[in-house]
Amino acid sequence: MKTLEEIKAAIEAAVPGAGAEIVTNPSVSGQHSLRLAPSRALDVAKFLRDDAELRLDFLSNVTGVDWPDKEVAEKVKVTHQVTKTVDGVEQQAEETVEETRKRIEPGFLEVVYHLYSMEKKHGPVVLRMRTVNRTDQVELRSLTPIWRSAEFQEREVFDLYGVVFTGHPDLRRLLMWDGFKDFPMRRDYVEPDDFEYEPTAHDAVLKRAQARQDAITGKPREEGQPGMGASQ
Amino acid sequence: MSQSQTHSATVTDKLDGQKLDGWNRPAVIEPDGDGELLEVAMGPHHPSTHGVFRMDVALDGERVIRLKPVFGYLHRNHEKIAEGVSYLASMPYTDRLDYMCPITNNWAYALAVEKLTGQEVPERAEYLRVILGELTRFQNHASSIGFLIQEMGASGTPLMYAFREREKILDLFEELTGARMMVNYMRFGGCRVDASPAWLDKTRRVVEGLPSFVDEFDRLLSSNEILMARTQGVGMLLAELAVNAGVTGPMLRASGVNYDIRKVDGYGIYNRFNFRVPLGDHGDVYDRYMIRLLEMRESLTILQQALKDIPVGQVMDPKAKIRGFRPKPGEAYGRIEAPKGELGFYLISDGGPNPYRYRVRPPSLINLTILEDMCLGQNVADVVLIFGSVDIVLGEVDR
Repeated sequence: MKTLEEIKAAIEAAVPGAGAEIVTNPSVSGQHSLRLAPSRALDVAKFLRDDAELRLDFLSNVTGVDWPDKEVAEKVKVTHQVTKTVDGVEQQAEETVEETRKRIEPGFLEVVYHLYSMEKKHGPVVLRMRTVNRTDQVELRSLTPIWRSAEFQEREVFDLYGVVFTGHPDLRRLLMWDGFKDFPMRRDYVEPDDFEYEPTAHDAVLKRAQARQDAITGKPREEGQPGMGASQ
Repeated sequence: MSQSQTHSATVTDKLDGQKLDGWNRPAVIEPDGDGELLEVAMGPHHPSTHGVFRMDVALDGERVIRLKPVFGYLHRNHEKIAEGVSYLASMPYTDRLDYMCPITNNWAYALAVEKLTGQEVPERAEYLRVILGELTRFQNHASSIGFLIQEMGASGTPLMYAFREREKILDLFEELTGARMMVNYMRFGGCRVDASPAWLDKTRRVVEGLPSFVDEFDRLLSSNEILMARTQGVGMLLAELAVNAGVTGPMLRASGVNYDIRKVDGYGIYNRFNFRVPLGDHGDVYDRYMIRLLEMRESLTILQQALKDIPVGQVMDPKAKIRGFRPKPGEAYGRIEAPKGELGFYLISDGGPNPYRYRVRPPSLINLTILEDMCLGQNVADVVLIFGSVDIVLGEVDR
């Protein structure tokens, strides 16, 4: 099989502006991946499927990943203008101080596709795509028109992560029910505290049974005495 | 490829000239009568759905016009739970995915973690994995055929024959792992306990008895007139569509595509064994039945070789870290040929003790993608058969 660099070059030759980028995987598994620009993803996917040498005809796995906003602490060297008093004379001097600054790296949702070739029996080629953010720009181009196996898997990613796949023929929730509002696989998902207490007839039935027992025995149960159902 | 093209031509002929309007979407079938469409919810509680699963079917008389599967009745967000616990703590939970084949679930997960950490597996453990994996495949295929025949109306007999053999295999599992189904047997870098020589002898005896069971099954069913009439030419699946829709396992091979991950990846030690990959050429329910029967025979040849060659040694790498390890940041996708298809685990590590992302690639769910395509235009009674021939377990579909 071609190396990932060669695949990247082939993609760029076939689909101008594909914006493919190699993402290295530091793990020992060595499964590096290609990040695609979502705008041309459909053309790239078509190329990967139909190219005579690659023939990645089998889309095995579609995974959603949530990368929430990350707070990054950085040490920055900052130069200040300081007024110093040296020997009773005020002087302007520059002083370099190390400061810790926090900035927020915006989060995004990512979808990972694992491709194999059944004809050439090679693989995997891993593709990834990112949404712009996690809130209002979560659209990605659906690859279901190229590989039908993405149909249910993209529905699942939509269901559990909230990635909206444009061009998907039937984008509905897959595992959760239709009225469900949130996206449970996101890292910041909080289970709703909506447990409702439903009174049952249980207590009323016990009370009625006790009253009936009292009527039969002729003496009302006193406080502290074992009632119905207590072992003798 | 030429073979599959001629094959697809025959399949299209048999669909009575019904043109498939591009294989990427189900063909639209117009109702022919002037009667109303009948909408039926098959399931969620129906004996043929193998669990809780619903098919919303629209019928024109007996003919299926539309079929939409509805999932999620057994959803428990397995993946989210696994992201909250350590790598080891998910191992027993993988048993519950496809509860007919817990060993292969364990194996796929262990393989993915071993890929992530670069862990080696000792020889004897690899042999034990193959032995248990093939026993699992054997009993899964036997019971899946049994269920299929039961759904055809042969109430009990073939299924009970299959369960009789499954019982022997489950007894072996119990003796080795302590549990019949929820085995929790594999570890990253080997297996949990070693097999005693007595257990291996017992396994050899059981395996010696299995070919006669397959012969009996074959004689009982393969040329049965009712089985042939009900299954041949029913639920056809084109090879091109099967590949495009990510169908794997016996279903894919029944459509004539030669793709067995044991051969392609050669994971574990599968490239040491001699076995063949049976292929169908019609892609109908009968072929799926036949492929499972033939794969049972191939499993037995693998078992005989593995039980002959199994070396002595340890079953766990003594340096392997099982608990409390933190893999380097990175990711790995590991997959095996489970009895139902390609079972894969995709793990992303951020350097912590829990997986950052844990994804199961469920063959049962993905094989259902083309359920509607196969059922359109068929009779409603055949829907049950076609669904049964996919061979799913809802624990894995809904996760």
